[in-house]
This record gives sequence, structure tokens and C-alpha cells, in this order.
Amino acid sequence: MTHFPRDFWHGIRAGLPFILVIVPFGAVFGVVATEAGLNIAQVMGFSVLVIAGAAQFVALQMMVENAPVLIVLAAALAVNLRMAMYSASLAPHLGQVSWWKRGLISYVMVDQSYAASMLEYEKRPEMTATQKLAYFAGVAAPLVPLWYIATWAGAALGARIPAGLPIDFAVPITFLALIVPLLRSLAHVAAALVSIIGVLVFAFLPFNLGLLVAAALAMMTGAEVERQMALRRAS
Amino acid sequence: MSFTTAQIWTIIIGLGLGSYLLRLSFLGLIGGRDLPEWVLRHLRYTAVAIMPGMITPLILFPQATGGTLDPVRLGAALATIAVSVWTRNATLTIFAGAAVLFALHFTLS
Repeated sequence: MTHFPRDFWHGIRAGLPFILVIVPFGAVFGVVATEAGLNIAQVMGFSVLVIAGAAQFVALQMMVENAPVLIVLAAALAVNLRMAMYSASLAPHLGQVSWWKRGLISYVMVDQSYAASMLEYEKRPEMTATQKLAYFAGVAAPLVPLWYIATWAGAALGARIPAGLPIDFAVPITFLALIVPLLRSLAHVAAALVSIIGVLVFAFLPFNLGLLVAAALAMMTGAEVERQMALRRAS
Repeated sequence: MSFTTAQIWTIIIGLGLGSYLLRLSFLGLIGGRDLPEWVLRHLRYTAVAIMPGMITPLILFPQATGGTLDPVRLGAALATIAVSVWTRNATLTIFAGAAVLFALHFTLS
């Protein structure tokens, strides 16, 4: 536990810039969900229980279109299937910590906490599982409560956010800031390119499944390029 | 929307539970067991395999502009990539990207 506080603080510091994304995103969800006819308990239910902006927006969009309950659930869960991939990729790092800590970490597993933590784990491979856990918890610590508060503020204050501001673009900007530093090898670059091309090619698939197909192909590409590079170095 | 209160809560709780189980899945099941090298090799590319694909449509076909290419958003994306390559600092990149986004928004539109 000796390193817990330091890595926790480092995590918090890494998580702070994401406040710029979490707050407008949560507030917009609160506004849109309220305008769609949900009461404040239901709006908060989404942000507290689901805690995944993209999936919440998909569910809301399909509810506005009066899609059947099962279709709403299937479409929104498909958007969150990537969380299972995050879970698998975190297992080698956090698998050793106790089951209840893994249970709590799973609750706060969002794109930002996942990507910022993976970036740090790759930079400092000497980190212990406890240090990695502390860092992950640190990144999530300022974001999760602010996600609730921003949603609540959006629902309570309503549409007083000036219309037309490009706040939807906060998400791509954060993701770019997280991805570019991860492109450290030819294998990473190849995987990212396949991901981009794949999502455009498979855009016709329903329920966002094109993203998952593209991601699977991209992971295979990255792994294969890495294997080929290793073979070439060995020969 | 024409949902009953029970249907709305079914969606919220079902989506919450399903999302939690997806997040817990591998972390909960595999735990501390060692994974084979070929699996680890694939998992190393999870982040770069998903995130570029997630944002590509948001950059090229933003919903806010009805799905047409938008110079404000495209410009902000290119500036963000440039700052990220140059600084390799996520915090700085996010602030710079947001600054370019709003600068372009207020000058171009």
C-alpha cells in the first residue's frame, strides 16, 4: 500500500483534463433526456447505473423513436461491447487484485479511465498491480462524481446551454489526445489504420456492430504486424 | 416517446446491469491467471483498435451538421493531432484542441 497515495494522485492529475469532456457531455445528456420526457430520477438512473455516455445517447435516441424495449437494450449494449474488450485488456494488469476491488474498478471503467491508465501502464511497466489499481482509481475519482453532477445540472437547468456550440466534439478531441501517444510502433499505427478503414467499410452493419468488426480486425492486424516484426528481428 | 414507467426502468436497469457485466467480464473471470502470449499480443492493441474507429464517423460525419463534413470540426481534429504529435502531452492537447475548436467556431460560422 506504500505507493497507493502517490499513484492515486498521479491518476487524479491525469484525469483532470477529462473534466472538460465529462461535464459538457453529462450536461447535454441531462438536457436532451429531460426534453425527451424522462423525469429527473430516470435521467439520473441512466448516468449512475449505466455511466457510459455514448450508450446512454443511443438508448435515448431509440426511445425517442419508440423502438421496442429489447431493441433499445440490444443497440445500447452493442455500443458498450467494447467494455468487454477493455476488461480483457486490463485483466493482465489488474487481475491480481482482490475480487471486490475488481468489482469496483469495473463500475468506473469508462473510455477515459481505461485509455489514460493503459497509457501509463505502457510507459511504466514496472508498476505493481496495486500501483496500477491506485492510478486507475485516481483517474476515475474526479470524473465519476462530476458525471453525476453534470447530468443533474443539465436535467435541472434545462436548455440554458447556448445552442449551436460544438460541444459534441469534446469527445473526439479527448480520444485523439489519448490515441496519438499510443501510436509508438508500426504495429500500433497499422491497427489504428485498419480500425479507421474498417469502421467506414462496415458502416452498413446495424447496432454499431461495424465498430466491433473493425476493432477485431485491427487487433488481429496489430498482433500480426508485431509477430512479423519480431520474426524479422530474429532472422 | 410512448413508454410506461416500468418500461423506462426496465431499459435503465437492464442497460446498467448489462454494461456492468460487460465491464466485469474478463477482469472478474480471468483474475490473476496467466493468459497465453497470442491472446496478450492481441489485447495490447485494444485501445488503438477501438478508439480511432469510434471517432472517425464523429469527425467525418458529425450529427450536429446533419452528417456533412464540417470545416470547424475537421480543422479542430487536424490541429489536435498536430499538437499531440508535437507535445505528446494529453492535457495540453485537450486544451489546445478545445481552443482551436472554439476559435474556428466563432470565426468560420
